[in-house]
Amino acid sequence: MTALSALIRRDIRIALRVGGGALIGVLFFLTVVVLMPFAVGPDLALLSRLGPAILWLGALLASLLTLDRLFMADHEDGSLDLITMSRTPLELACAAKALAHWLAAGLPLIVATPVLGLLLNLDMVATGAVALTLLAGTPALTFTGMIGAALAVTLHRGGLLMAVLVLPLSIPVLIFGVAASQAAIVGPMTFGAPFSILCALSLVSLVIGPFAAAASLKHGLD
Amino acid sequence: MQGKMQLSGRGLGCVRGGRQVFSGLDFEASSGEAVAVVGRNGSGKTSLLRLIAGLLVPAGGTIVLDGGDAEMTLPEQCHYLGHRDALKPALSVAENLSFWADFLGGERSDAAASLATVGLDHATHLPAGFLSAGQRRRLSLARLLTVRRPVWLLDEPTNALDAAGQEMFGHLMRQHLIRGGLIIAATHAPLGLEARELRIGGVA
Repeated sequence: MTALSALIRRDIRIALRVGGGALIGVLFFLTVVVLMPFAVGPDLALLSRLGPAILWLGALLASLLTLDRLFMADHEDGSLDLITMSRTPLELACAAKALAHWLAAGLPLIVATPVLGLLLNLDMVATGAVALTLLAGTPALTFTGMIGAALAVTLHRGGLLMAVLVLPLSIPVLIFGVAASQAAIVGPMTFGAPFSILCALSLVSLVIGPFAAAASLKHGLD
Repeated sequence: MQGKMQLSGRGLGCVRGGRQVFSGLDFEASSGEAVAVVGRNGSGKTSLLRLIAGLLVPAGGTIVLDGGDAEMTLPEQCHYLGHRDALKPALSVAENLSFWADFLGGERSDAAASLATVGLDHATHLPAGFLSAGQRRRLSLARLLTVRRPVWLLDEPTNALDAAGQEMFGHLMRQHLIRGGLIIAATHAPLGLEARELRIGGVA
């Protein structure tokens, strides 16, 4: 337990330091969402209809932005060797790293959502609904993205490969995340059904992600 | 530390990138003994260390540790000091070391003493990114002292160390051997202690 909490604390600390990933993700999210009203124009009805989708897309791209470094940094400086050799099962270490990434890079996006909702003409209820779906759905983005991050280490390719691998996997999360938000705002569907599926996606990825990432890392030892 | 230990490899083979690096390699080392792995560049010194550390899968042969902790695998009883220092530039010297102490199951309280031993006690709050190559190496050595492991796998350990640093390290290795540990080091430079030579891949 000490080992895992030490790993989580270290990763969060690095992410929050100058040059860490946490701030970059939030700034990117802000930029994408702030640009949207300028691109779409001052049609308030249209903005509020597109709002949830824009917030979800922004969050998806922002979480991808920093995810490719999840294992790459540890691989480059040799930390991954020591983590692999240690008593801590690699699956748990992967899960701890993903959790730390979500806490440092995912949670701030959710905190920023209410502010950005204002820019997209979303009322309190709508903003709350989007924030809630992001809270339930972003863990799925992180934990499926982790598989891509592990493959990026194994295949010695960063950046673009990661996006190509991970984006298709995140389509279901995006569909049900936006569907649940829209259901809460305009109906006619109930909020519960797509939201439950979104939670289920997160739970499934929580289980599969660490095992797939650890398997990929073990296979790619060199 | 446990009683008498014996680390042995039989008929080890290693294939990397489709190329046979070495094959049919035998070695052994027992408590209190250092083995210096020598050979020309590319002969597989690092590969041998990574095989023992479980970071590479052998193409053939077996590695056995007799007399160690029966509940732990061989890699869990090894310290691997590679070319890369496993340090985070954004974290301070003390934070780097206490992370590895926590993660690898050492005692945080030993960390300060280890930093003093390797001569970094004046720089504990400095971010590791500002350290020189020699200081980074000293910080990784502090990891070996903070977390006790019987087997040390050292890859060019004296690289970047100054004369005083090499002497200090020679002293640390001798202490480790006296306590019943064993050392396998890949090196071009003399280690500064008596070591059995293991030559791989022809003449150096």
